[in-house]
Amino acid sequence: MDTFFQQVINGLSLGAIYALIALGYTMVYGVLRLINFAHGDVYMLGAFAGYYLANALNLDAHPSVLYAIGVTIGSMAICAVIGILIERLAYRPVRHHSRLTSLITAIGVSLLLEYGGQVVFGATPRFFPQMIRSETYSIGDVQITNQSLLIIVMSVVVMFALQFIVHRTRIGKAMRATSYNLSVAKLMGINTDFVIAFTFALGSALAAAGGVLVALAIPRIDPLMGLMTGLKAFVAAVLGGIGNIPGAMLGGFLIGLMETALSATAYSTYRDAVAFAVLILILLVRPAGILGTSVTEKV
Amino acid sequence: MGPLRKVVALVGTIAILAALNHVFESGLGDFQINPYYARIINLIGINITLAVSLNLINGLAGQFSIGHAGFMAVGGYTATFVTVYYGAAIAGLVGGTLNGGPGTFVVMAVSLSAGALAAALAGLLVGVPSLRLKGDYLAIVTLGFGEIIRVIILNIPAVGGATGFTDALPITTFFWIFGVAIATIAIVRNIARSTFGRALSAIRGDEIAAEAMGVRTTRYKVMAFVVSSALAGVAGGLSGQLFANPLNPQNLNFVKSIEIVVMIVLGGIGSITGAVVGAATLTVLPEALRGFDQQFPGLRMVLYALLLILFMIFRPQGLFGRRELGWTWLRLPGRTKIPVALSDSADARQHTGRRPTDRRSTLGGSDTDE
Amino acid sequence: MAALGAAAACERKSESGATSTTGDIPVGMYASLTGDGASFGQSSREGTELALAEVNAAGGLLGGRKLALLMEDDQSKPEEASNAVTKLITQDKVVAVLGEVASRRSLAAAPIAQRYKVPMITPASTNERVTDVGDYIFRVCFIDPFQGEVLAKFAYNDLKARKVAVLKDISEDYSVGLTDSVVKHFTALGGQVLDPVSYSKGDPDFKAVLTKIRGQRPDVIFATGYYTEAAIIVRQARELGMMMPILGGDGWVGEPLKNGREALKNTFISNHYSGDNPDPLVQNFRKNYRAKFNQEPDSIAALAYDAVKVLADAITRAGSTDGVKLRDALATSDVPGVTGHLKMNAKRNVDKPAVIQEVTFVDGDVKFVYRATVSPN
Repeated sequence: MDTFFQQVINGLSLGAIYALIALGYTMVYGVLRLINFAHGDVYMLGAFAGYYLANALNLDAHPSVLYAIGVTIGSMAICAVIGILIERLAYRPVRHHSRLTSLITAIGVSLLLEYGGQVVFGATPRFFPQMIRSETYSIGDVQITNQSLLIIVMSVVVMFALQFIVHRTRIGKAMRATSYNLSVAKLMGINTDFVIAFTFALGSALAAAGGVLVALAIPRIDPLMGLMTGLKAFVAAVLGGIGNIPGAMLGGFLIGLMETALSATAYSTYRDAVAFAVLILILLVRPAGILGTSVTEKV
Repeated sequence: MGPLRKVVALVGTIAILAALNHVFESGLGDFQINPYYARIINLIGINITLAVSLNLINGLAGQFSIGHAGFMAVGGYTATFVTVYYGAAIAGLVGGTLNGGPGTFVVMAVSLSAGALAAALAGLLVGVPSLRLKGDYLAIVTLGFGEIIRVIILNIPAVGGATGFTDALPITTFFWIFGVAIATIAIVRNIARSTFGRALSAIRGDEIAAEAMGVRTTRYKVMAFVVSSALAGVAGGLSGQLFANPLNPQNLNFVKSIEIVVMIVLGGIGSITGAVVGAATLTVLPEALRGFDQQFPGLRMVLYALLLILFMIFRPQGLFGRRELGWTWLRLPGRTKIPVALSDSADARQHTGRRPTDRRSTLGGSDTDE
Repeated sequence: MAALGAAAACERKSESGATSTTGDIPVGMYASLTGDGASFGQSSREGTELALAEVNAAGGLLGGRKLALLMEDDQSKPEEASNAVTKLITQDKVVAVLGEVASRRSLAAAPIAQRYKVPMITPASTNERVTDVGDYIFRVCFIDPFQGEVLAKFAYNDLKARKVAVLKDISEDYSVGLTDSVVKHFTALGGQVLDPVSYSKGDPDFKAVLTKIRGQRPDVIFATGYYTEAAIIVRQARELGMMMPILGGDGWVGEPLKNGREALKNTFISNHYSGDNPDPLVQNFRKNYRAKFNQEPDSIAALAYDAVKVLADAITRAGSTDGVKLRDALATSDVPGVTGHLKMNAKRNVDKPAVIQEVTFVDGDVKFVYRATVSPN
C-alpha cells in the first residue's frame, strides 16, 4: 500500500512538471493557434537564467527562500523579454503567412535555442544550485521532497491565476477577443500586437518559472532538457483540450500518472510511448481533447 | 510522348543508372569516385525519396504529417530484417549469393518490397483513423506515431535494440538508390497529374468544398498517405542497408521527421523539383559546414537553424514555390498539354486545412504569401 | 541528375601502399564534442591532445615526423560518426582513426575502417561486438562481460549482497550490454537478480521505477547507464529513503556525476584507471594533464591518452604508416599504459585489470577512492 501511495505522489510530482509547461503552451495556442515548439526551449532558458542568477548570488552555499523567489522572478523577467523578442523577430513577420510557415518557424526557433544553447552553455549537463535546502517529508514509508510539493502547489496556483487573468481581467478579455477573431478584435480597437506580445511574455515567464522549479527538484540542466519534456507537455495540452487552461493541467497530471503507472509494471520500457498512445486514442474519440470544445465547421 | 518513347526513356534510364552504378562501385579505368563524395551522393538519393514522398501528403494533399521517420523506420527495419534473416535463402532460390550478382539483386528487390508493404500497412493503420483530424492535430498524431514506433523498436533485440541494426548487410547500391528516387519522382509526378492528384489538390484548396463536389476526401487522403508511407519505407530499406549506415532508433525520432519536412519547405512545398533541391541542399550543407566544427563545435547547426527561420520570414514559399522544372520525360503519355493544377496561386495559402474560422481570423493578411 | 555529375568529384585511384613517407602523419579522430555525449568527447579529446603533444615533443616518429590530429565532431549521432570517419579515411587519408567512446557510434563507424584497411583504436567502447567487426579494429579498454563480472563479484563477495536490482537505460546499448553481463554473473554466483527495470536517456524522473524497486527490498542496486542519469538516479533513490549501495560501470565517469552530491555516499563504480595509483607513469600523466588543462583527468581521458601511445608505439615498430603493417604491429602491442599494461590479445582487446572505486563527494567535487583491483582470470 505504501508503494501505491508513493507511486501516486510520484505521478503527481511528474505530472505537475508537465502541467506547468503545458499551461504556457495552451495559452499561446489559444490566442494564436500556433504550436509554439520553442516553448520547451524557453523552459530550458529559464532554468539556465536561474542557474546564472543563483550562482551570481552564491545561493548554493547559502540557501535562502527569499533569494530563491527573487531568482525565480528574475528568470521569469528575462524569459518574458526573450519571449517578446521571439514573437517580434520570428513569429510576427510570418503571422500572416500560412499556418505551416508559422509552425516551421517555431521549429526553427526551437532548433536555434537548442543548438545555440549547446554552443553558449556547452552540451554537458550542469548542476543547478540548491537555492532551497532540500527536505524530505515522510508519512510512513511515503516520501515527498519539499521541491516536488512546491511544483505541485505552484502548478495549481498558476492554473487558477491564469484562469483569473483570462476570464476576469481586461487584458484577458482582449486575449479572448483576439483568439476568437484577430481582425475583428483589431477593428474593435484592441491593440492585438500588444495582446499577442503580452501572451508570449506571460507564457514565457511561466515556462521560466517551470524551468527554475523543476531544476530545483531535479538539479540537472542541459540545453536539450526542453526537448522531450516539452514535447510531452505539449501532448498533455492537446490531451486536455488545447487552448483550455484547466485541460492543460488535467492532461499533465494524467500523463504523469500514466507514465508512473506503466513504470511500476513490467512494461517500463514502453514508458515514452504511453503519452503518445493515449493521445492518439483520446483524439480519435474526442478530437478536441478531454475538455476541449470542438468547433463545428461552417462553409 | 508515345508509348515507344516511354519504353526508350525507361530503358535509357536503367542503362544510365547501371553505367553510373558501375563507375560508383568499381571506378572507370584509373578513376574512381572518392568514397566520401559517393556516400554523400547516395545519402542525397535516399533523402530525395524521403522528401518527394512526404511532399505527396504534405504538399499535394495539404495534410501536415511530421511522422515520416516512423514510416521510414517500419519499412527500413522490415527490409533489413528480411535480408538479414532470409536473405541467404532468397538468394539461394535463384541460385545466387548475397555477395553481388543476380542473387543480391533479387534479395534487394524482395526486401524493399517487404519494407514498402509493411510501411504501407502502417500508413493505413495510422491514416484511416487519424486523417479525420485536421491540421495541427494530424501533425501531433503522426508525430506521436513516430515516437511509438521508435520505442517499440528499442524493445526488439532481434533488430539490435538501442545498438541499431548493425547486422545489416551492405547491399544498397547507387543503382537502387537512384532507381528508387527516380521512380518516386515519377510516381508522385504522375499522381499529381491524375484524377487522384486533382482530388488531392481540391482537398488542399478547400476540403469541405471538395466534399460537396463529390470528392471522397477521406479515401483519397488515406490513399495518398499509404503511398507516401510505402515510399518512405523503401527509403528506409535503402538507408538501413547502405554500408556503415545502420538504422538506429535514436536517429529515427521526430527530429529526423522534421529534417524531412524542412527539406520540402526549403524547396517549396508542393513542388517536386523543390523537394529534390531541398533534399540535396540539406544533405550537402551540414557536410560543407564541417570546417566550422574544428574551431566551433556546434556552430554549423546554429547556422542551419538561423537559415531556416530567415527563410520562412523572407521566402516562405521556398526556393521553387509550387513551380517545377521540366520533368516532361517522366510524364504519362497524352497528359503533357494539361496545365498543372498545382501551380494555381490561389490554393497555396490554404494547404494546412484551415478551418473557416481561422480563415476569418487572418483576413486581410492571407493574400500576402504568394 | 545534372547536379550529380557536378558534385561527383573524381580522383585518381591510389595505388596500394602509396602512403606518403614524408611530412606530418595524419591521425584521425571522431568524437562527440556536442550532443548528449559531449562530456566523453571533451575528455577523450584532451587525453588525445596531451599524448600527441608528448609524442611530438619527444621528436615525433619515423625519423622526426610529427603526428597531426584531424578532429571531427559526430554530434553524438551514429550516422554522423559514419560520415565523419568516411571523410577522415578517404578524404583526409589518415593513417589511423581514434574513437569513439560510446559503443553505438564505434559500431556504426568501424566497418568503414575495416573496409579501407585503416586501423581504428577505440579508447573506451566496452561493448564486446566492437572489435568483432574486423581485424583492423582495436581497443585499449576492458570489455563489458568482464566489467559485469567485476561488479557482480564485488557486490556478492565484498558487499555480501544476495538480492540485487538493475536499472538499465534501454536507449543505450552500453547499458543494455552491461546489464546482461551483470545479471549473468551475479546469477552464476548464486545471487538473485530482480527483473531489470528500464528508463531511457533524458528522462527527468526515476522515482516511479525506484519506488518499484524499493518495494522489492534489494541489497544493492546496479545503475548501468551513463553519468547523465546516474547522478539523478542516486539522488532520487536517497530521497525515497533507499540508502543501499548503488553500483555503476565506467559510464558513470563524467563531470555531471557531481550533480549527485552527498547522495553519492555509498556508491561504487568499476573503472579503468585510478589516479591513486603510485606508478610514476600515472602520476606523470596526472601532473602533465593538470598543467595543460587545469583539471584532474578522468578515466576516459586516460584511455584516450593510452590509445595514442599504443598507436605511436605501433607506428615505430611497423616502421611505416602503411595500413597492413600498422595493423600487424598493433596486433602485437605490448606497452605499459596509465590504465594498466596494454597487451593486445587475439581478439584485439586488452586483458587488464579493472579497479573498483568508491565514489565520494568532498569539497564540492567527486573523488574516486580506490577500493580494489580485480584481474581477469
